[in-house]
Amino acid sequence: MEAFAYANPSSLQEAIASLGSSWDEAAVLAGGTDLISLMKQYVYTPKKVVNIKGIRELKTITGGGDKGFRIGAAVTVDELMKSRTLSAEFPALLLAARGITSPQMRNMGTVGGDLCQRPRCWYYRNGLGLLATGPDGKSLVPGGENQYHAIFGHENRAYFVSASSFGPALVSYDATLKVTSPTGSRDVKAADFFLVPKTADEREVDLKPNEIVTEIVLPSSRGLKSATYEVRQKEAFDWPLVTASVALRISGGKVSEAKVTLGHVAPKPWVSDAAAKALIGQSVNEQTAEAAGAAAAQGASPLSQNAYKVQLVKVAVKRAILVAIG
Amino acid sequence: MAEYAWPKMSERTLIGKRISRLDGPQKSGGRAKYGSDANPERLLYAAILTSPHSHAKLKSMDFTAAKASPGVTAVVAVTEPGAEVQWEGAILAAVAAETELQARDAIRKIKVDWEILPHLVKDDDVAAAGPSAKPAGEQVQGDPDEAKKSAAFTSSGFYGLPVLTHCCLEPHGQVVQWAGDQITAWPSTQSVSNYAGDLGAQLSVPATAIKVDMDHIGGGFGSKFQSDQWGAFCAQLSKESGGRPVKLFLDRNIELMIAGNRPSHYAKVTVAADASGKLTLWESESWSSGGIGGGNIPPIPYVFTKIPHQRKNHHAIATNNGSQRAWRAPNHPQASYLTCCALDDLAAKMGKDPLELFLSNVDLTTREEAYRRQLGKAAKMIDWSSKWKGRGKNRQGHIARGLGIGINTWGGAGHDSTVKARIHPDGTVEVECGTQDLGVGTRTVMTQVAGETLGLPMDGIRLKIGSNAFPPSGASGGSTTVGAVTSATRIACTDALNLLYEKVSPSLDNTPVENLEARGGRVQVKGNPSKGMSWRDACKKLGVAAVEAQGRNNPRNPRGLNTGGVAGVQMAEVSVDMETGVVSMEKMVAVQDFGLVMNPKTAESQIFGAMIMNICGSLFEERVVDAVTGRMLNAELEFYKLAGAPDIGELVVDMEIDEENDSRGVIGLGEPPTVGGLAAIGNAVTNAIGVRVPMVPLTPRRVLDALSGRNS
Repeated sequence: MEAFAYANPSSLQEAIASLGSSWDEAAVLAGGTDLISLMKQYVYTPKKVVNIKGIRELKTITGGGDKGFRIGAAVTVDELMKSRTLSAEFPALLLAARGITSPQMRNMGTVGGDLCQRPRCWYYRNGLGLLATGPDGKSLVPGGENQYHAIFGHENRAYFVSASSFGPALVSYDATLKVTSPTGSRDVKAADFFLVPKTADEREVDLKPNEIVTEIVLPSSRGLKSATYEVRQKEAFDWPLVTASVALRISGGKVSEAKVTLGHVAPKPWVSDAAAKALIGQSVNEQTAEAAGAAAAQGASPLSQNAYKVQLVKVAVKRAILVAIG
Repeated sequence: MAEYAWPKMSERTLIGKRISRLDGPQKSGGRAKYGSDANPERLLYAAILTSPHSHAKLKSMDFTAAKASPGVTAVVAVTEPGAEVQWEGAILAAVAAETELQARDAIRKIKVDWEILPHLVKDDDVAAAGPSAKPAGEQVQGDPDEAKKSAAFTSSGFYGLPVLTHCCLEPHGQVVQWAGDQITAWPSTQSVSNYAGDLGAQLSVPATAIKVDMDHIGGGFGSKFQSDQWGAFCAQLSKESGGRPVKLFLDRNIELMIAGNRPSHYAKVTVAADASGKLTLWESESWSSGGIGGGNIPPIPYVFTKIPHQRKNHHAIATNNGSQRAWRAPNHPQASYLTCCALDDLAAKMGKDPLELFLSNVDLTTREEAYRRQLGKAAKMIDWSSKWKGRGKNRQGHIARGLGIGINTWGGAGHDSTVKARIHPDGTVEVECGTQDLGVGTRTVMTQVAGETLGLPMDGIRLKIGSNAFPPSGASGGSTTVGAVTSATRIACTDALNLLYEKVSPSLDNTPVENLEARGGRVQVKGNPSKGMSWRDACKKLGVAAVEAQGRNNPRNPRGLNTGGVAGVQMAEVSVDMETGVVSMEKMVAVQDFGLVMNPKTAESQIFGAMIMNICGSLFEERVVDAVTGRMLNAELEFYKLAGAPDIGELVVDMEIDEENDSRGVIGLGEPPTVGGLAAIGNAVTNAIGVRVPMVPLTPRRVLDALSGRNS
């Protein structure tokens, strides 16, 4: 790890003022579960690290019922899980949190950090760049070790998958992220927050170097049936292979609204309109859930080693739907 | 002539008892000191520069900026310019500095000029390896062609196991101080007594000038026998830094790249049987790689060595990856997997329960009775008769269940080891040996033997190991330690006790020493316990001088105290989610004979550990390298996956503790239970899902690909 300056602000204003105009100038430190390893591996070497764990306003969870919820970005995964009303009203979030089976990660990792963490792509983590470019200028991934890589949304050579556990659930809940900069705050829909970079220097999220995600705003979940289903190889800490987060509104026994978002299959949480469409107007049962899963897998473009993920998409969507309706 | 035989089972007070590890509280409380915990005064930290290329010529290195970097006290070249580097992670240079950060900063200032050369890092395709695949020569026994022609049943299959890398909890490394003509080392080593000689040879320093201390080691598994290049350059850095101590332990990523691996093994196997189900043919084309040195042919057919007709061809593939090292039962897990999977497939082809096939061929092994007995026991433990169904026939909803078998064999006789036992006039006892406790309970069993022999409780013995100042003992490898150190302890303590008896005898009416015994903290006349005295009073008879005796386990004459040769059977029950391909361990059983069991608790724990290694190897572990860049992509513990506690399932062990096994003497246990589990799990998954998944680890990808006919 290279030496760096350290800022430990106690207010949001102070924190934002500490950030720079480029990513190299300053990095935001919350749980550190991702940033520290990136720095130790020299994949990312910011000149300054700004610790936001001491900022109280980023650590609160408020709301409930019709009001929805506001979750501070520095709330830890463990704190989120312990918020009973939040967990009860947003089971897709709780189930995503449960998928993080490391107590250490839950204790240290934060909700904002989960959204902003960099991809786990092993080419990227080995210093070969976000787009994993080989000596000939082409991506190493399609002909390389791509068993964990994307099957959707990789047209622009971004073959990594978004590592966020909460992203798919927040997209399905139509959450809004509050992003704060020195000039004020802006709201970004969770679905718009995640981007597919076109160059190795771009980020996978809609965030400028002098901005911080400060809050996650969840609209009321009244009347929604929701769940997340993760396919993970290990029960102990492991990254999911594929996840699906669904939120359904059911009127008169039929699905009237549906949002199906996949995780770990694309460079961003991948919204499946086809799966949602397959559900609308249907009563939910094993058959319709399976049909939605099949619809979700449509258009997948697997690489040489990850055709199995297409099958996992079908299963994850089906099971998430069945869990959601209970 | 003193009598050294182990006491009868019925008379033992400590040997054979479930006694917890003596250092357990220290370890779980964080008080145990490892080599990496050594922080002598004025300690410096080393950092290393490693090759990012898997094959390249090192043209030049410029140390100017590194030497001028803050805090740097010494810089040494480890690879000389002009040399060809053959794998990623190869160490090029090392720096010592006041702080770890300064050392790492300085390393990054070394300028390196390369000439990149073509590399080969993949070993799964023997045809693609071209001239890097060296044939080992055909081995033929009997008439395999005729056997094939006349076979009633024939099965052919491909089976493969990738390279696994060592990943000890404590990485390789040491603290070394070279001040004047004296070197002190605090290493992480499986060979305390041999470390000085090995390091001395590297540095042209006499072994007598090197002091070695190691109380605890965080795992070795065969990868820590040598002082290694990092031992030598750390010493060099210390010398060049004015004799200040230098610490270097490898980073996890480098550890996984260069600190040793278990070589891959792949084989196309054909096995055949006659109409009665008797095996008649083994034919294999195998290949393997453990790095640039290639890889040996595994001992196949494994255990069923008496299959009459055999033809074996093997290629060793030289690849540009870090080199293999011994890995707990070298080549055996792979051989067991290749053999037992082939037999399982043959049984399926015959429409037969594989247990029947194994049982009806135990006469083709060298321990027919043992395997017959163990197969029966293991089957009972896992409830084979009621749970086994044909391939793909045990399915409820999307969950399929299956059972599988794997077998093992090993030697395990004790190595050369010397122990010194000293009885002091105040009744205290010291037992010294230059051995090491790899975490498995060596301290505990030595103390048990000393206590048992002297009739004292565990806390009556002060055991000292982990220093080359103590009598020499062999490296802990090949399951040779427990037989060695317990035998040597028994001999030393018996002889020391006889010296004590000589002093005590006059006070007991000159009872001949052979008629005296030490039991329950007393020295007394055999058959007449009232005629005797307390241990403390007996030791007072020594006057002012302690008595001391040295005992040696001579491997050529172990006096019946230890021996070698074990058999074992493991069976696994798995469930497989047919929709996701995720395999879950339900239960695993191990039946293992290993002679006199010194401590069933620590022994069982060692078998548990071995079974968990089997689970890791069959479901999770795999080195992943990128063909184009030659880089290892999962040199960390996130995607180099290991089982966690919830991934293990139920483990049940039968150590076959009985008079007959006990009478064989002590046999080492480290390796054998790591063998067989891979095959048991692989066969269980095949039994569950109905098709063979050719390669381990059995990831969801491989399981789903096998189910859908894709080739992964």
